[in-house]
Amino acid sequence: MSKAVIHAIFDDEEPLMASAKSLHAQGVHIKDVFTPFPVHGLDAAIGVPRTRIAITAFIYGLTGASLATLMMWYMMISDWPTDIGGKPSFAYYMNMPAFIPITFESTVLCAAHGMVITYYLRCWMLPGVKAKNPDPRTTDDKFLMVIETKEENKGNIESMLKNGGATEIHHK
Amino acid sequence: MNNNYTFTSRTRNITFGLMAVGLIAIIAGFLTDHAPEGVSHDEYHHTRFWANLLVNSYFYMGIALLATFFMALQYVAEVAWSVAVKRVYEAVSSFLPIGAIMMFIVLLAGQLHLHHLYHWMDADTINPESPKYDEVIAGKAGYFTPWFFWLRTILYLVVWVLFQRGFIKRSLEQDLQGGTAIHFKQMGKAAVFLVFFAVTSSTSSWDWMMSLDVHWFSTMYGWYAFSGMWISAMTTIILFVIYLKRKGYLEQVNESHIHDLGKWVFAVSFLWSYLWFMQFMLIWYTNIPEETIYFQERMHDFGYMGLMWTVFFMNFVFPMILLMSRDSKRNYFFLVFVGAIIFVGHWLDVFVMVMPATVKSHWHLGWMEIGMALGFLGLMLFVIHRALAKSPLMIKQHPYLDESLHHHV
Repeated sequence: MSKAVIHAIFDDEEPLMASAKSLHAQGVHIKDVFTPFPVHGLDAAIGVPRTRIAITAFIYGLTGASLATLMMWYMMISDWPTDIGGKPSFAYYMNMPAFIPITFESTVLCAAHGMVITYYLRCWMLPGVKAKNPDPRTTDDKFLMVIETKEENKGNIESMLKNGGATEIHHK
Repeated sequence: MNNNYTFTSRTRNITFGLMAVGLIAIIAGFLTDHAPEGVSHDEYHHTRFWANLLVNSYFYMGIALLATFFMALQYVAEVAWSVAVKRVYEAVSSFLPIGAIMMFIVLLAGQLHLHHLYHWMDADTINPESPKYDEVIAGKAGYFTPWFFWLRTILYLVVWVLFQRGFIKRSLEQDLQGGTAIHFKQMGKAAVFLVFFAVTSSTSSWDWMMSLDVHWFSTMYGWYAFSGMWISAMTTIILFVIYLKRKGYLEQVNESHIHDLGKWVFAVSFLWSYLWFMQFMLIWYTNIPEETIYFQERMHDFGYMGLMWTVFFMNFVFPMILLMSRDSKRNYFFLVFVGAIIFVGHWLDVFVMVMPATVKSHWHLGWMEIGMALGFLGLMLFVIHRALAKSPLMIKQHPYLDESLHHHV
C-alpha cells in the first residue's frame, strides 16, 4: 500500500478555499498549500492546528525577565552595591522602579528574538537552505495544494479536485 | 435582522434610578459637607462636594471625548474593520456636550469662588501685598490670567463639541446619501480635529487637573491623563458592543471585531500603565523635592498608598494577565469582567489625581463619592442608550462597510 502525493494547481483562491473545505470535511489530509498571498481562513480550512509560538514567546519572555533580574541583582546589589539616585538601600525591591525599564526591555528582546529564531528553525529557513517550493509559479499567480493520500483513494480525490476547479494535477 | 435598538422602559428606569441616586447624593452631599476638624470653615467651601463633581465631570466627559478622538482616528487612519461598530462609538461620543457643560459648571463655580479647588483662582495669591501671596503662583500668573484661562477652556469645550456634532451629523447624512464625498470630508475634518486635540488634550489636563497641584508640574501629565481617558472610552465602547450583541443586535459584528476591540483595551491599558509608571519612576529617580511632593502627599502624607496600589492592580496587572491570551480577548465573560475592573479602576485613578490636591487627608470613599459616580454613570448611560436608539445600529452606506463585514483576523 504505497502513499501517493498529489499536487493540485488552482488559478483563484475561491475554488481553492471551497475545495480545501470540502476535502478536509471528507477527511483528506491536505499537507500544505502554497499561495502567492496570504489567504484568510485557509489555515483553519485545511485543519492546521493553532500555533504554539505564543507559548514559546511567554517562556522566552519569562527567561528574559529572569536574566535581567539576575544580572541587575548581581551587578548592582550583590557584587558591587550601588547607590541609585541617592537612595542608599541595598535591597533589590527597594530600588525596583529603576530596574523595571531594563527588565521590560530584556523581556521584549528575548521574546522577540526567541520567537523569530524558533520560527526559522521550525520552518528550517536558514541561510543557504534551498527553498522548498514545489512550483515557482506559486510566487506569481498560482495556488498549489499538496495532498497526501493512499494509492487507492487517488482517483476519487483527483475527480473531486477537478470538479472543485483545479486546473492542473500532478503526481509526485 | 433587527437593526433598530429599542431603549426599553426597563433600561430607562435603571438609568433614571441611577440618576436619582446621584441627585440625592448631590443634594445631601452639598447639605452635609462641612469642614472637617482642623480646617477652618471660611476656607472650606464644600471642598469634598466640589472635588467629587470635578472627578465625575472629568472622568465621564473624558469617555465621550476620547470616543470622539477614536472616531477621528478611524477616519484618518482609514480603518475598515471598525465600521461595523461605528454607531456604538458614535453613541458613546454623544455624551460630550453634556460632559462639557458639567466641566464648565465646575470651573465656573471656582471662578465665582463657590469653591477653592484651584488656589490660583484666588486673586490674592498673586498680590504681593496680601498675606496669601504665593510666589510660585505669581510666577504662573500669565498663564492663569482669568481671561486667558477662560478663553482656553471655552475654546477646548466648544471646538470639541462642534467637531463631535459635525462627525455625527455627516455620518448620518452619508448613510442616506452614500458615495465617498462625505467620507473624504470626514477624513479632512478628522485630521484637523486630531491636530487640535493633540495640543488641547494636554493643555486641558494641565488647566483643569494638574493645576490643582499648582506648585507642581510633570511633563508626562498630559499623556497620562489622555491615556487614562482613552482606556475608559475603549472599555465603554467594548462593553456596549457586548451588551448589544447579548441583546441580539449587531449580528454582523463577528468574533474578529470583538477580538480587535479587545486588543485595543489591552494595548491602551499598557499605554496608560507605561505613562503612569514612567511619571512615577522619573520623579522617584531624580528625587527633586518640588517634584516628589506629588507622590509624597499621595503615598505617605495623606494616606492614598492603598488606593495607588489598587489602581496599579486594577488597571495594569489584571488587564495584563486576564487579556493576554487570544481566547480571552474573544470571550465575552472575560471582556466584561476586565472591562468592569478597568472602568472602576480608572475612576479611582481620577480620584487619586483630584482628591489629594483638594480634600487632602480628609478623603472618603463613602456614599457621597459612590452616589455621585453612579448618578453620572446613569446620566451617561441614558444619553448613550438614547443615541443608540436614534439611528440604525448598522451603517448602511460607507466605503469600507463591505470590508468591515468580512473582517477576519
